[in-house]
Amino acid sequence: MKQKTLFIIALVSLLLAFVGGTLLYTAQKEDKSAQQSDTQRAALVRMHSPTLGNADAPVVIVEFLDPACETCRTFYPLVKEMMAANPDRIRLVLRHAPFHDGSDKVVAVLEAARKQGKFWPALEALLAAQAGWAPNHTPQVALVWKHLEGLGLNFEQMRADMTSPVIANLIAQDLADARTLRVTQTPEFFVNGKPLPSFGYEQLKKLVDDALKDTQRR
Amino acid sequence: MNTTEPSARMRNETAAWTLIFGAWLVASASTLGALFFGEVMQLPPCVLCWYQRICMFPLALILPIGLFPLDRKVVRYALPLAVPGGLFAVFHLLLVAGVIPESIKPCTQGVPCSETVIEWFGFVTIPLLSVVAFSTIVALLIAAHFRSAK
Repeated sequence: MKQKTLFIIALVSLLLAFVGGTLLYTAQKEDKSAQQSDTQRAALVRMHSPTLGNADAPVVIVEFLDPACETCRTFYPLVKEMMAANPDRIRLVLRHAPFHDGSDKVVAVLEAARKQGKFWPALEALLAAQAGWAPNHTPQVALVWKHLEGLGLNFEQMRADMTSPVIANLIAQDLADARTLRVTQTPEFFVNGKPLPSFGYEQLKKLVDDALKDTQRR
Repeated sequence: MNTTEPSARMRNETAAWTLIFGAWLVASASTLGALFFGEVMQLPPCVLCWYQRICMFPLALILPIGLFPLDRKVVRYALPLAVPGGLFAVFHLLLVAGVIPESIKPCTQGVPCSETVIEWFGFVTIPLLSVVAFSTIVALLIAAHFRSAK
């Protein structure tokens, strides 16, 4: 009998320690994310990133996106919807997080399209045709081109631009920043510097709505 | 002669129970610790960590079955989990320490096993905790086995 009591006490204390540790850790983490370090703030927005929307918008959404990621494809129109519902008040900053093997080459194609002023149309075309050029989640840059026809892009120029070290450096910088910010999955969102508490559309919507309300009051 | 004496036998039984109980304590603490690293701190486990988890988690469940009522045979069922788990842990520790070269590590994709994600007091890493836990469990179980054999 005494042994049973001992066992139960030990089991309960272990479980309590686990729950207590979890609560303590989550509380500490929230504290930390509230006061981001300077290096993290610097890593969040770079001058080189493509942006969409009013440059003076009070709410800035930073999105880490992989063109080959299905969830990114699902979220893209939802973010656009939020921007359309609040014209001129939301700006989208896009950071590249090509986590799929071969996705970095597709990002290079997009950056080459950007040189011709067609980054966003190209991104939208590729997201829409994702299954066509990334069969079985394997991005193949050779399959990308036919989905970009009709955008009036100069493919020859793009093929030359794709290999430029400027674009390679830009992608490397974005990947390094993703590491600094502990972005391990895509899409990842930061709204005015705040990360999502947990992943989901509702959480993103709430974060954006709160930020909009905050700026309205001021 | 001595073994048939009831009080000595009782003492042996209690000692064996306590040793297995100790092994269970270590296994449960390690299981919850691993879950804390993985689920709460969200550190993705590398391949070698998964093999060690496969050996550790069942111990937390099997050992109590041998405690109520005391069944010495539980040592026979638990050691085949604890010993390979310990070997994986030692391999992992040597990999992190750089004794085993990178080229023969079994995992290349995802989280590299040679990466150190936690370092307390300058030397306590997750693989070290694992080695300590597995060897403690093996030692306690072997001690329990010899206690009950007498």
